[in-house]
Amino acid sequence: MPSSAVIWLSATVAGIVSETPRVRTLELDVPGWPGHRAGQHLDVRLTAEDGYQAQRSYSIASAPDDGVALTVERLDDGEVSPYLVDEAREGDQVEVRGPIGGYFVWDGEEPDPVLLVAGGSGVVPLMAMARHRARAGSPAPMRLLFSSRTLEDVIYREELDELGSRGDGFEVVHTLTLEQPSGWTGYSRRIDRDLLAEVAWPASESPRVYVCGATRFVDAAADGLLELGYDARWIRTERFGATGS
Amino acid sequence: MEVRDLKLDGNAIGGILLELVGTDMTACGSVCAGCGAREEMARLDVYPAAGIVVRCRHCESVMIRIVQGRGRTWLDLSGTASLELG
Repeated sequence: MPSSAVIWLSATVAGIVSETPRVRTLELDVPGWPGHRAGQHLDVRLTAEDGYQAQRSYSIASAPDDGVALTVERLDDGEVSPYLVDEAREGDQVEVRGPIGGYFVWDGEEPDPVLLVAGGSGVVPLMAMARHRARAGSPAPMRLLFSSRTLEDVIYREELDELGSRGDGFEVVHTLTLEQPSGWTGYSRRIDRDLLAEVAWPASESPRVYVCGATRFVDAAADGLLELGYDARWIRTERFGATGS
Repeated sequence: MEVRDLKLDGNAIGGILLELVGTDMTACGSVCAGCGAREEMARLDVYPAAGIVVRCRHCESVMIRIVQGRGRTWLDLSGTASLELG
């Protein structure tokens, strides 16, 4: 890792995509960015006019060959996310440090099946893996189990539908835990052992697993997979909370 | 909100460790001085508060403490038997 990765880099907001009422994607132009791996995150630092600084970690949503995009959910009592979701405009500047992470990463070089388990905005680093798979033409079968509160809260819904319709080994399975539209045919309960038993690859296939979400979600998913006979070493988890720095 | 909701993992301190050590530490092997278990840093339990406490996921011993303030950082590794870098 070059030491330049430790330096805070100046980043310019180059594009904005609204994903859901609470979530949007910021495409960043970062001169000197050393590149990233699917699953990594970076730190964003904001500096107020009076010099006060706040920083938080955000997962990178884009594939490694596709620049730097962050998808951010607004935490109403947050210090950084309300600015990134509600205030930031194209041309605004922030500082970033990274990429960070050598554990929660998927490089797409092995053919083993991959299970992605996402709770809400925990889908972001997993989306980088799905996009990387599509871009790189990886033959590894990949299945995303994605838990959201309502259909409106499903991040990347259209893109996931499109990726899942290609018939190239990528599948997405949704569960909506709070409210389901009429005629909903997907799951409508929280992720637990029984739901995982229906969706996850059999343990005999030795899948690679990436779970990302809030702490309770991650613990429930990991515990359920262990009960199904998954080896703890197959399961890589990343928890997020209000304190990301 | 319960204490367990505040539990994160070693991915969350990747940025601080990158700044302190100059290399990504999340995949680095770390051995608990309490029970001898070896885990990647990303698999340790992290409790962020005024300071950051990193605990062994097996015996819950405190392996690392990080306190930052007044432009300085205090790094207590007394609960870590060894770190495997590179």
